[in-house]
Amino acid sequence: MNDVARQTNGRNQPKLPIYLDYQATTPTDPRVVAVMLPYFTEKFGNPHSTSHSHGKEAAAAVEAARHQVARLIGADEREIVFTSGATESNNLAIKGALRFKGESRRRVVTYVTEHKCVLESARRLGEEGVEVVLLPVRADGLIDLDLLARTLDERPTTLVSVMAANNEIGVVQPLAEIGALCRARGVLFHSDAAQAVGKVPIDVEAMKIDLLSISGHKIYGPKGIGALYVRRRPRVRLEPLFDGGAQERGIRSGTLAAPLCIALGEACAIAGAEMAAEAARLGQLRDRLYRGLKAAVPEVVLNGDPEHRLPGNLNIGFPGIDGQALLDELPELSLSLGSACTSAAVEPSYVLKALGLPDALANGSIRIGLGRYTSEAEVDFAVDRLASAARRLRGAAPSA
Amino acid sequence: MRRPVYLDYNATAPVRPEVASVMAEALATVGNPSSVHGFGRAARAQLETARERVAALVGARPAQVVFTSGGTEANNLALAGAGRGRVLVSGIEHDSVLKATAAETIPVDRHGVVDLAALDRLLVTRPEPASVAVMLANNETGVLQPVVEAARIAHDRGALLHCDAVQAAGKIAVDFKALGVDLMTVSAHKLGGPAGVGALIVADHVHLSAQQRGGGQERGRRAGTENLAGIVGFGVAAEIAAGELGAMARLADLRDDLERLALAAVPGALLFGRDAPRLANTSCLALPGVSSEVQVMALDLAGVAVSAGSACSSGKVQASHVLRAMGADAATAGSAIRISLGWGSTAEDVGRFLEAWCALAARSRAVGSLTAA
Repeated sequence: MNDVARQTNGRNQPKLPIYLDYQATTPTDPRVVAVMLPYFTEKFGNPHSTSHSHGKEAAAAVEAARHQVARLIGADEREIVFTSGATESNNLAIKGALRFKGESRRRVVTYVTEHKCVLESARRLGEEGVEVVLLPVRADGLIDLDLLARTLDERPTTLVSVMAANNEIGVVQPLAEIGALCRARGVLFHSDAAQAVGKVPIDVEAMKIDLLSISGHKIYGPKGIGALYVRRRPRVRLEPLFDGGAQERGIRSGTLAAPLCIALGEACAIAGAEMAAEAARLGQLRDRLYRGLKAAVPEVVLNGDPEHRLPGNLNIGFPGIDGQALLDELPELSLSLGSACTSAAVEPSYVLKALGLPDALANGSIRIGLGRYTSEAEVDFAVDRLASAARRLRGAAPSA
Repeated sequence: MRRPVYLDYNATAPVRPEVASVMAEALATVGNPSSVHGFGRAARAQLETARERVAALVGARPAQVVFTSGGTEANNLALAGAGRGRVLVSGIEHDSVLKATAAETIPVDRHGVVDLAALDRLLVTRPEPASVAVMLANNETGVLQPVVEAARIAHDRGALLHCDAVQAAGKIAVDFKALGVDLMTVSAHKLGGPAGVGALIVADHVHLSAQQRGGGQERGRRAGTENLAGIVGFGVAAEIAAGELGAMARLADLRDDLERLALAAVPGALLFGRDAPRLANTSCLALPGVSSEVQVMALDLAGVAVSAGSACSSGKVQASHVLRAMGADAATAGSAIRISLGWGSTAEDVGRFLEAWCALAARSRAVGSLTAA
């Protein structure tokens, strides 16, 4: 059992601090740890050393894991490339597609609310002469399909990159509609699904997705592993990021970390088996949390579309309250203002700004992430503490 | 079946038990090192402790350590991130260096040592700012390279020197500062840590342009949530390896016995790099007339794991570019195998290899003489 899993044994008073930051990272599921550990020690072979039995054993386990990853998203195992994480997957998908020799269109379309690594990859391509189109999102955080269609009709485009679920506000984009729109125009569709895979159903065939990024540590696997789905039919061609031993069908050089690959496979298998029940449970907890908070502090607002969102995410604005001051009041709750990557930054979240929130409300918003080990008692405790902290801060604030 | 014998440590080393146990602990905690709450800060503290340990192994300062997903990424980051228009690499480098875009090759001599005069000539031919890559120890022969001298030559000509120390770190004392190099790669899984983690050591004066971009992790030099458990394991493996450098003498004795007995028992067998300074754990032996592949398979059947050259190119067996660069003909290079020892290797392991390999040599000789008759 891991630290967080142990907390679920609590009665009414949960063990503190309570982890409510599941979009930053998730605890590794003990079942995943159990499966991966033997591959560090007794089954330690290099999966590329297929000339001997140590290597063959590791290689077979890696291939089984590849199958598990593929199955979760409706892909073929030959379409899964293991990477060091979603940041690498996103860099590889976007830069790889645009840098591929023979790709003449040199245009990429993405959105202002994407993860930093997507925006930075696009920006880098911009420096290389690629036309980068950054589209806005609607006030609910969802994309405007008509705007996307019009943008694609302007000029030939190589790739559209839209995240499946946003890491800060949890909104889930209409992937199937985006996929259909892209496919009809011969444009590649990449989706950063780091937050969505294993949480909401993803099917690369039904959604016509060509490239899809997956993260291990967002789905109860370890950090340091991810995958990129790369469509075979019609074939998507990528220029690799690394030169080297040409592992992963030449797309990604470097010795595969067999235990990490195996862990990602197991995490995907568990997610596939438990997603429906887990989503239902988390959706109820999320709604309980929001209802409780709204009852106690009626002025709170929910950022992002209320319907199309991850079951385990809330992004809540507290008008007139500084988000950082609120977190400082709540050392017993591990919450964040937004993305962990930019946690140390003091300016308001660029995602919330993109929804049109004024600085004051963007600054007064926090992200609450629920997950596999979150209990009802923890949610009730969090509501109680959040509400009283908000009331304290409101009382302290100079009245207008 | 008898206990399998693993003599392929240069491909990957089994994770040390102490490392596995700290990784298991790290996996049982939650926290993104970039998060500001207590869970995140605890993860950050673990990350920084590991950074100190890795820095200590290679004589660097913690701030110079950039964690990556492994040696391949670190080598690519070093060469692409330094932003020099021209790249010169020795002919015996690992594929992740050798295949760098538009790399020019620096020749090596028949002992497998890089030709420093040739390096100087190549640098003089064009004034363009260059990066030079010379590895510290070769992965196939174990031959050590004159990196200090190579760095001096590179610097005299205004070039940067990158050193791939993946095979050397943990096997010989490595001092980033004393080597005088600008960039250096190390990998965890070659020294008893986990696969999927490496580091690039970056001297203070080098401006490194991040290749993998996104969040500002690793002080803006490598984006992506850090592989926390792997990095914690790397730190502990580095600390153990640093403490056990003295024990390499034991491996040198085992290796010397292996080579002496193998060469005595099998007339015609060749040892690559025998006259050059080498790592204590690596032997590259050729059995002319028997392909590397046949030897590796026969040894595997006998329960002994060795390799034909580097693991990356395993699967598509071709004559080693390292041995070819040393002047070996294709047939001889195609009959070489690599035996590499490590922290778990014993005299019994060496005995098992010798028994199987000498038997194979004797069988092939008998077949050869029958065919000849």
